[in-house]
Amino acid sequence: MARTRGGAKESGPGILGRLVAWAGHHGHSLLSTLGRLSRAPFATSMTLGVIGIALALPASLHLFVDNVRAVSGNWDSAMHLSVFMKPDTAVADAQSLAGRLRARPDVHETRVIPPDQALAEFRAQSGFGDALDALRENPLPTVLVVVPGGSLTSPGQLQPLIDEIERAPAVDFVQLDTQWLQRLFALVAIAQRTILVVALLLGIAVAVTVGNTIRLDIQNRRQEIEVTKLIGGSDAFIRRPFLYTGFWYGVGGGLVAAVLLGIARLALEGPVARLAGLYGSNFTLSGLGAGGFVGLVAVGALLAWAGSWIAVGQHLDEIEPT
Amino acid sequence: MIQFDHVSKRYEGGFEALSDVSFHVAAGEMIFLTGHSGAGKSTLMKLIALLERTSRGNVIIDGRNLAGIKRRGIPAHRRKVGVIFQDHKLLHDRTVFDNVALPLIVAGVGHAEVRRRVRAALDKVGLLDRERAYPITLSGGEQQRVGIARAVVNKPPVLIADEPTGNLDPALSIEIMQLFGLFNQVGVTVLIASHDHRLIGRLGKRYLTLDHGKLIDGALHGTD
Repeated sequence: MARTRGGAKESGPGILGRLVAWAGHHGHSLLSTLGRLSRAPFATSMTLGVIGIALALPASLHLFVDNVRAVSGNWDSAMHLSVFMKPDTAVADAQSLAGRLRARPDVHETRVIPPDQALAEFRAQSGFGDALDALRENPLPTVLVVVPGGSLTSPGQLQPLIDEIERAPAVDFVQLDTQWLQRLFALVAIAQRTILVVALLLGIAVAVTVGNTIRLDIQNRRQEIEVTKLIGGSDAFIRRPFLYTGFWYGVGGGLVAAVLLGIARLALEGPVARLAGLYGSNFTLSGLGAGGFVGLVAVGALLAWAGSWIAVGQHLDEIEPT
Repeated sequence: MIQFDHVSKRYEGGFEALSDVSFHVAAGEMIFLTGHSGAGKSTLMKLIALLERTSRGNVIIDGRNLAGIKRRGIPAHRRKVGVIFQDHKLLHDRTVFDNVALPLIVAGVGHAEVRRRVRAALDKVGLLDRERAYPITLSGGEQQRVGIARAVVNKPPVLIADEPTGNLDPALSIEIMQLFGLFNQVGVTVLIASHDHRLIGRLGKRYLTLDHGKLIDGALHGTD
């Protein structure tokens, strides 16, 4: 069969030429989808708003927990043991025990609080001065404050040190007052798990939202898809603009979420600084940071891309030219 | 170039649009397909462009049995068959140039080459000065010519047209048919479905007649 005018293979531009054309088409899709979105600013910003809020919610919870951990982490390192000496133990005995403990590698610092000093502090801080005057003698024992070395951070790790100190004959008991800290850690762990669940659900919401938007877009461009299929457009070619549209929704939604988080941080900064001031701390809220920002936008883009894939896979096959 | 071997097409619900149709169109031939509406002309066209699949029998285009083309291979096949519709099927949110360029862009042709070939195709149909216009601003005949330019721009070996002059007055119809004749003269195999017997008679080409899905007695008529 003579092919007098040539067929599809005629004057092929070569592999390089095709690659350039292919890359050119991708670049064109990337920009033209952005242009198409910007020509419908209201619909686009509604969609971006929904995605932005859905992304901002788990991200803000994550930041909240991060900040709580930053605060409690400081307390953690300030963990110390209160060693109560038996009544009538001489301050000198307490000091010699303190000296022995300080020589240990797992002890960072020790401090002896004699009964007189403890009473004076208690009188000053408690407001029970008059009641204390009624006592004939000082009921407080000598107390030894032991700050463990930096490598010991959890209550469990401290247990051997506590046991050893308690074996000393002059020691009444050792108190590690960190139960509240342990409870806080447990709460933070629950919060983290909750955030994971919320993030998962909202992530699905982002994918579904974008998928649904893309589905409507596909319906609206039905004729274009039909004609493109008719003249031999491959599935990949037809899919491409919709996937790029989804990608832009994700990137835009991520940017909206970052802005929302920035606003929330600005709003909270004053009150947090005031609270920190009341505790004599110079703690400040930490924000997303560059890595967090990139991560947020990337997660948004990935979720939206996935949503568009599903929508395109579901609905593009339904449209066949007739 | 176009060969039908005992082709039948039965739609869901039992309606048989084509029954046991066999014919052969040689490469470089121009042929008409006639018959009353509902005789199966459109179905026959759809089988060639793989818009439908046969129920029985084989359709062979350019030496390739279409039954062997899987879903993924359909786009490549459609690029070898230029299709022209009665309702043009142009995209109204794009210029004439962009409409005609579409087959080249889906085939991955480079930018400069697209420009050159689109202008050549528009020149052939006499619409080079309207490349920036939108289809809606063109007359029916001009829109049909844009559709033809789009069908021929990537130089397919086969051109099929379903009632291309259905909405046009006789003078414009002649013009369009002459245009098909021009493409045929440079070697394109052309198959045109039309119920306009007078027009077909004037062109003096072979024709097939369908009646209730069957090629009727003396299926190939004409002067060849």
